[in-house]
Amino acid sequence: MIRVALPAHLRTLAGVTGEVSLDVDGDGPVTTGAVLDALERRYPVLRGTVRDHATRRRRPFIRFFAGEDDLSHEAPDFPLPDAVASGREPFSIVGAMAGG
Amino acid sequence: MSGVRVLVGTRKGAFILTSDGQRRQWDVAGPHFGGWEIYHVKGSPAAPDRLYASQTSGWFGQVIQRSDDGGRTWEAVGNEFAYDGVPGTHQWYDGTPHPWEFARVWHLEPSPTDPDTIYAGVEDAALFRSADGGLTWQELSGLREHGSGPNWQPGAGGMCLHTILLDPADAARMFVAISAAGVFRTDDAGKTWQAANRGLVSEGIPDPDAEVGHCVHRLAMHPSRPDVLFMQKHWDVMRSDDGAGSWHEVSGNLPTDFGFVIDVHAHEPDTIYVVPIHSDSEHYPPEGKLRVYRSRTGGNEWEPLTDGLPQAHCYVNVLRDALAVDDLDPCGVYFGTTGGQVYASADAGDSWTPIVRDLPAVLSVEVQTLP
Repeated sequence: MIRVALPAHLRTLAGVTGEVSLDVDGDGPVTTGAVLDALERRYPVLRGTVRDHATRRRRPFIRFFAGEDDLSHEAPDFPLPDAVASGREPFSIVGAMAGG
Repeated sequence: MSGVRVLVGTRKGAFILTSDGQRRQWDVAGPHFGGWEIYHVKGSPAAPDRLYASQTSGWFGQVIQRSDDGGRTWEAVGNEFAYDGVPGTHQWYDGTPHPWEFARVWHLEPSPTDPDTIYAGVEDAALFRSADGGLTWQELSGLREHGSGPNWQPGAGGMCLHTILLDPADAARMFVAISAAGVFRTDDAGKTWQAANRGLVSEGIPDPDAEVGHCVHRLAMHPSRPDVLFMQKHWDVMRSDDGAGSWHEVSGNLPTDFGFVIDVHAHEPDTIYVVPIHSDSEHYPPEGKLRVYRSRTGGNEWEPLTDGLPQAHCYVNVLRDALAVDDLDPCGVYFGTTGGQVYASADAGDSWTPIVRDLPAVLSVEVQTLP
């Protein structure tokens, strides 16, 4: 199981509290793209809110983290580190900070 | 007893204000979708408890919400607004070609007869239609593919399609307005469109016959007289008597003819309302006095309506979708401000009372008259 941490607005939209746990398809390495596919399958309301419907690209103010590693600019087939792939740490979807 | 439901979209959520036909005591519900920008909320005339809301965020994109119980509960429906085919380019602010990119839904216009049919005006400017209650959306691409499309430019707020008027007498005819392209009309349910900007004169457009390029802020129509249209343009209040075939100015004695909103009295097709704003560089009322202006003559002769509105130190704006009327008698008029006030008049504008004073900045106000 992959643990995914969502920003507050997306938790509200998906109707969840805390992290969500996902089964990710495939026998190979767990990738960012596969996690997002699984997230959108489980919570269709999140389609279009993390990545663009058509291009599948990350929305500009969304960031992806695995622990302290910023994966935002990695390709969708980038394999997640073992700590995330094994469920020890969450895959974090973060809304860019704003304010001042 | 009849009642009203005021649907308010703000920078930080939606609010629903309800009252009986007296319109003195109000219940305030919300925020719904707290923290999100709610550009517009509108109910179906055919099924008043069916509401649609445009929920949007610079972070998380577009969500469309639907309610079937008058706004008590909501369900997210379809949010995929895919341009038809290869969308091509329009002009960017500097005149260079810029690809069409969906940003958000500015305006939702439900069909007067079918609760599941609804139109959406979006940025970058295009018109979409759903026939399944918002689950899926299809572009009426004849508009964007109008020959002038590559020359359309955004206004300061983006290149938004913000007004959709459906002709109640002819289901095939509708009007839309785009900042800053202008007005377009279809007579075949959206397959083909004609630019409808003859008579508009805009500073910065040297060609007096320019087909497009006008920063139209808002259109209004009385349902009994669909050939008569009123317009608040960037500058100038305009009127058409021939279904947008031509326009003439009716700014008359307004203190300034810049503004955003315009609407028509529910029972008097020649009574119209605007809120003059000092200028396009200041975006607040002249002299710090918040005044609605009413014309009972279809324009040109205007009277200020001030009773109950702040007449000193008021520097709010009233945005293009933030004024509406109910169908009661006397007609109720409502508007919201960027300062978070929603004002109501139960006597056609003669006097005003704030329903709420401290909401987030108001983006839109719609009113439903309930049985």
